[in-house]
Amino acid sequence: MFLRLLADVRWRGADPKWRSAARCRSASGTAETQPVPLPAEARVVICGGGITGTSVAYHLAKLGWKDVVLLEQGRLAAGTTRFCAGIVSTARPVSIELKMADYSNKLYQQLEQETGVQTGYVKTGSVSLAQTQDRLISLKRIASSLNVSGIPCEIISPKQVAQLHPLINIHDLVGAMYVPEDALVLSANVSLALATAASRNGVQIHERTSVSHVSVQKGRVTGVETDRGHIKCQYFVNCAGQWAYELGHSGEEPVNIPLHACEHFYLLTHPLKDPLANNVPTVVDPDGRIYIRNWQGGILSGGFEKNPKPLFTEGRNQLEIHNLQEDWDHFEPLLSSLLRRMPNLEALQIMQLVNCPESFTPDMRCIMGESPTVRGYFVLAGMNSAGISYGGGAGKYLAEWMVNGYPSENVWPLDLKRFGTLQSSRTFLRHRVMEVMPLICDLKVPRWDFQTGRQLRTSPLYDRLDAQGARWMEKHGFERVKYFVPPGKDLLDLDQSKTFYKPDWFDIVGSEVKCCKEAVCVIDMSSFTKFEISSTGDQALQSLQYLFSNDLDVPVGHVVHTGMLNENGGYENDCSIARLSKRSFFMISPTDQQVHCWAWLKNHLPEDSNLTIEDVTWKYTALNLIGPRAVDVLSELSYAPMTPEHFPSFFCKEMSVGYANGIRVMSITHTGEPGFMLYIPIEYALHVYNEVMNMGQKYGIRNAGYYALRSLRIEKFFAFWGQDLDAFTTPMECGREFQVKLEKGMEFVGQEALLEQKQNGVYKRFTMFILEDHDTDMDLWPWWGEPIFRNGRYVGKTTSSAYSYTLERHVCLGFVQHFDEKTGEELVVTTDFINQGEYEIDIAGQRFQAKAKLYPFSSLFAQRRRKDEVELSGYQRE
Amino acid sequence: MMSRTVSSWILGSARNSFVLQRRGRLYSICVPNRHKIKWKLVFSKTLLYPGTCSLDNTFSLRKAFRHTSTEEEEFSFQLSPSQINDILRADRRSAATCLQTRGMMFGVFDGHAGSACAQAVSERLLHYIAVSLMSRQTLEEMELAVECMKPVIPILQLHKHPNDVEHREMTSQYFESLRVYWQHLLDLDIEPGFSLEEAMISAFKRLDSDISLEVQAPQENALVRNTALQVAFSGATACVAHIDGIHLHVANAGDCRAILGVHEEDGSWSTIPLTRDHNAYDESEIRRLKREHPRSEEKTLFVNDRLLGILMPSRAFGDVQLKWSKELQHSVLENSCDVGALNIYQYVPPNYHTPPYLTAEPEVTYHRLRGKDKFLIIASDGLWEMLSNEKVVKLVAGHLTELNVQKPQLAFEKPVNLGYLHNLLLQRKNRGITSLDQNVATHLIRHAIGNNEYGEVDQEKLAAMLTLPEDLARMYRDDITVTVVYFNSEAIENYYRNNE
Repeated sequence: MFLRLLADVRWRGADPKWRSAARCRSASGTAETQPVPLPAEARVVICGGGITGTSVAYHLAKLGWKDVVLLEQGRLAAGTTRFCAGIVSTARPVSIELKMADYSNKLYQQLEQETGVQTGYVKTGSVSLAQTQDRLISLKRIASSLNVSGIPCEIISPKQVAQLHPLINIHDLVGAMYVPEDALVLSANVSLALATAASRNGVQIHERTSVSHVSVQKGRVTGVETDRGHIKCQYFVNCAGQWAYELGHSGEEPVNIPLHACEHFYLLTHPLKDPLANNVPTVVDPDGRIYIRNWQGGILSGGFEKNPKPLFTEGRNQLEIHNLQEDWDHFEPLLSSLLRRMPNLEALQIMQLVNCPESFTPDMRCIMGESPTVRGYFVLAGMNSAGISYGGGAGKYLAEWMVNGYPSENVWPLDLKRFGTLQSSRTFLRHRVMEVMPLICDLKVPRWDFQTGRQLRTSPLYDRLDAQGARWMEKHGFERVKYFVPPGKDLLDLDQSKTFYKPDWFDIVGSEVKCCKEAVCVIDMSSFTKFEISSTGDQALQSLQYLFSNDLDVPVGHVVHTGMLNENGGYENDCSIARLSKRSFFMISPTDQQVHCWAWLKNHLPEDSNLTIEDVTWKYTALNLIGPRAVDVLSELSYAPMTPEHFPSFFCKEMSVGYANGIRVMSITHTGEPGFMLYIPIEYALHVYNEVMNMGQKYGIRNAGYYALRSLRIEKFFAFWGQDLDAFTTPMECGREFQVKLEKGMEFVGQEALLEQKQNGVYKRFTMFILEDHDTDMDLWPWWGEPIFRNGRYVGKTTSSAYSYTLERHVCLGFVQHFDEKTGEELVVTTDFINQGEYEIDIAGQRFQAKAKLYPFSSLFAQRRRKDEVELSGYQRE
Repeated sequence: MMSRTVSSWILGSARNSFVLQRRGRLYSICVPNRHKIKWKLVFSKTLLYPGTCSLDNTFSLRKAFRHTSTEEEEFSFQLSPSQINDILRADRRSAATCLQTRGMMFGVFDGHAGSACAQAVSERLLHYIAVSLMSRQTLEEMELAVECMKPVIPILQLHKHPNDVEHREMTSQYFESLRVYWQHLLDLDIEPGFSLEEAMISAFKRLDSDISLEVQAPQENALVRNTALQVAFSGATACVAHIDGIHLHVANAGDCRAILGVHEEDGSWSTIPLTRDHNAYDESEIRRLKREHPRSEEKTLFVNDRLLGILMPSRAFGDVQLKWSKELQHSVLENSCDVGALNIYQYVPPNYHTPPYLTAEPEVTYHRLRGKDKFLIIASDGLWEMLSNEKVVKLVAGHLTELNVQKPQLAFEKPVNLGYLHNLLLQRKNRGITSLDQNVATHLIRHAIGNNEYGEVDQEKLAAMLTLPEDLARMYRDDITVTVVYFNSEAIENYYRNNE
């Protein structure tokens, strides 16, 4: 069968330990002998013997955890891993994915030498083709990113493409990206090699053993139930690939792993008359939605069609993986595309159309990390058809996570906790993956929103805002307004609005920003995560003081902005906390913190029935009144003086607005503009909104969206968690020392690390860049992830950017590091180092001069605020 | 409002040429029709209570329509028993693999006077047959398991359709009856057990008698009691096929029909009917009934081609109105609370002297499958009154060939190159033949309700039929349920090769 051909296995000589020891199956075809019994106990049980499972096992063993059992329901590497096309490609737009792929590539390269198992590793390189200028821009962006990561890569002309590959038709190409170190492997063998090495390091591997469920006690993994008995364990790793969702739901305590399988087709042919050379590069033609690689002198070509076929929606056992039908009619567009790219293949004989299931996730990024509900339950799955490229790196990060408590890189973009329970609906997943799979080949432009699985969580004002021209984006399933299209004005169609240049909403957002600056705007910010923490005694205060770096022992009615740090001083969350009473606190965090922050608090707060924590996100609608006239609107509505003398900034008070009572009003905004946040019990939301809009009319009130907010916060140098801040950035590194009270009289998480940084200095510094010679109308816009150069040398990457309508310049925020010119070692970044450099930002290969600043333009803040207040309010979130 | 739309729709449709012709007659002049006319309207000529019928009065026509939709009480008052049996028709189906014996079973059940009976039979009958077929040893094991409160080995693997409904409340009652049946089989002490024919007959009869007994037994649970009443006082015909290798048995009671599609050597298709319709058109049924009842009743057994002027099929499950004595019917219904609310129609047919008039005993036919037998079609009478046996076989055969054309086996025996295949795929794409029904049963039903006089599907008529309001739809078309079973000719031929 073709499977055999694909995985031309000659590894038996290596005599893997588990095979000779366990004799799970006999090599010569004699009757099976009794398999070795399962151990009664192990530290870690891994479920799934594909590339991810074996990679986790391999890396755990490397890190010294050897009491590990790997269970595979069938045979090792017999699922998607075996069917996979075996392309190792580092050209990835997301930085953490790029790092994983780079590591995988290096790992596989030396794996054969390490294990003696043939991995079929061939360094062929890859060529990504661009049929349009926009595609070429996106390739150039990736190329910039690869280059600063030390991965050789160049943008080449169509003619050079023809020299690299004999069969390519180049007439419709505008350029291409060549990554010479990309490789091909026999994916099943890589997996077997990892298993062999792991096994030599003490990992026990049992095939034909399926996990029925994971036992949980008191929110911790205690063991695994299999069809061959029970194994006690402290850690469980779900690497079950497309079955991960179901396995997650099989226990009493469900673990939501949002992924869904789709059929994926690729074609195998007989060898060409002149067989392709062994090292001919893999071709990726994203505009044609296909990839083409050499396969035993013929080709292997598959792709990501526009109309994918999801499967296994109803769960497993519907269809065996090997029984999937070929569907030539479905494959026709991809075949057309292949023959357009390589017309000379017409005479090539077909061998097989392979149909294998691939699992996809709701945001096209893989899923890793610990379950928010069950401690010790780890997951690595949902590879979005890049299992081989990511497998090695992902396994390494997950193993580090388990052994050290946290991986060596920021993996938040891949963290399981970025999803909530809402993403576990099968209907949602089915619809979303049908959008995600084609997206793999689609142009990835800034500010792209998913179109499926929408309108799930909405504010009570949704219809009202929608009728006023709101355009929506989604965060954590919550609909949020991007901007309001004024009546009579039309925007481009969704598809045509895709651009790397100035977007069509530029003027619309500009006028919203202007209104925020000069009059008053209202922004619906209901999506923010809101928790209430209270206790009978002072447990709440004590616990929060320990978990947060700022001093929360403030008078009732004060609002404190603070980080929730980890042991290394890095931001696990960035939030504002209002002290409602002596014993209760109201905590506001970013939207996507709902699961992560909840899990963190649950894990770190003491077990105390007198201490309660409640998620009240759904109970309140949040309106942000922003602008110099906000104070007038609010005082007219409440008959209460709202001037700074009566209502200083960072205050919180329950008051009435219109007829509605009990509205939590806070004198904070998320942009540094003057204004108020109104937390309104949802049944009053419409009333308060109507009152505000009516009363605001004479002050020129209007609706505004998140794009205006974003422009405002970035021009004021406000970092936000998830974009600029992550678990690897500390308050010291982003100029927020004033939010840390090292001397607050009690210990808090991360204190030591911060003390050390205070003494020794920081190794990276959050910096603001104003683009100097950038033409907003003509030049490519920055997005995030652009390399920053100081005096011509790479020093870091941007994390966010926006056009500042006030400065009439683009502003980028990012971290600057200091690498020793000779050794590349990281050095302390001083203020002088930042200030005494000439900076450039690289946007898709073009460098723009930039001015670096460590402090925001004070002129941007309203005059009536004093300098220290400005500093205090120097926070925001999105 | 509703009625006006309805009548104007009928008039409007009369102007269009796709008038639902055969049905159209029903409310104009009722010409005796060779075919059965299922949907006699309230004002049709065949009424036993002619007072409610006024053909020339459009007002009463409207009223009558309204009755069928809203005013239930008056409705039941005005309806004749034969109408009762015609409205509220509901088909059910089931299919299962026997787990303790070999073979698979497929059943189609056509209910009348409510869906309760068809529902119950569809849930229960296959189990009865399976139990009848089991060895003594298996039955003993099952009995032992029940006694020891252990899980019973599964009897059937049901192949369910998403639309299949289930009466979970009734499960335990059904199971108890089934258990009593197998206890009875154990007591019989016959070894080696029933032949297939005997097993099917025994199962049919036993289930019908259980239906009849359950409603007489005292029952605490009101829901269970009411369901039992509904089941007994409604009816269902049944046709079940049992296939084990090359052995095909079909048990039929009533007017569902099973036919075989045969692919002759010369390439033509022929039809083998496996059942007889048990109704007033069947001579042997008439003879059977005459044999079973006194001569004095000869004239009244079939009136207007209906059993006692009421029921179209002459064999059926349930329908205790035609099985029990008048006294028994009275006493059972008197003891139950709210007959009206349960949509149970109480009536005593005219000339009701020597019950039972109706039986559920099936007629069993056997067919030894040959390589040229390609498929089996079991369907309720709704299909057969619209399409002839030959037409149905032709349609299925056509679908089969088209499917083969549509899905060419891109076999690797004759190597294909990319260019050739690409051209082929493009052609197929341009022909756009993906509009074909994937499911052959759907294909048949589409033809049954959408065919025009030329035997082609008239899209306009189809759309009109499918968008009829529910209460009106019942007057223009019967429920139709179709099961098509394809045979693996290769396996059949292998069987003959290996056994010769």
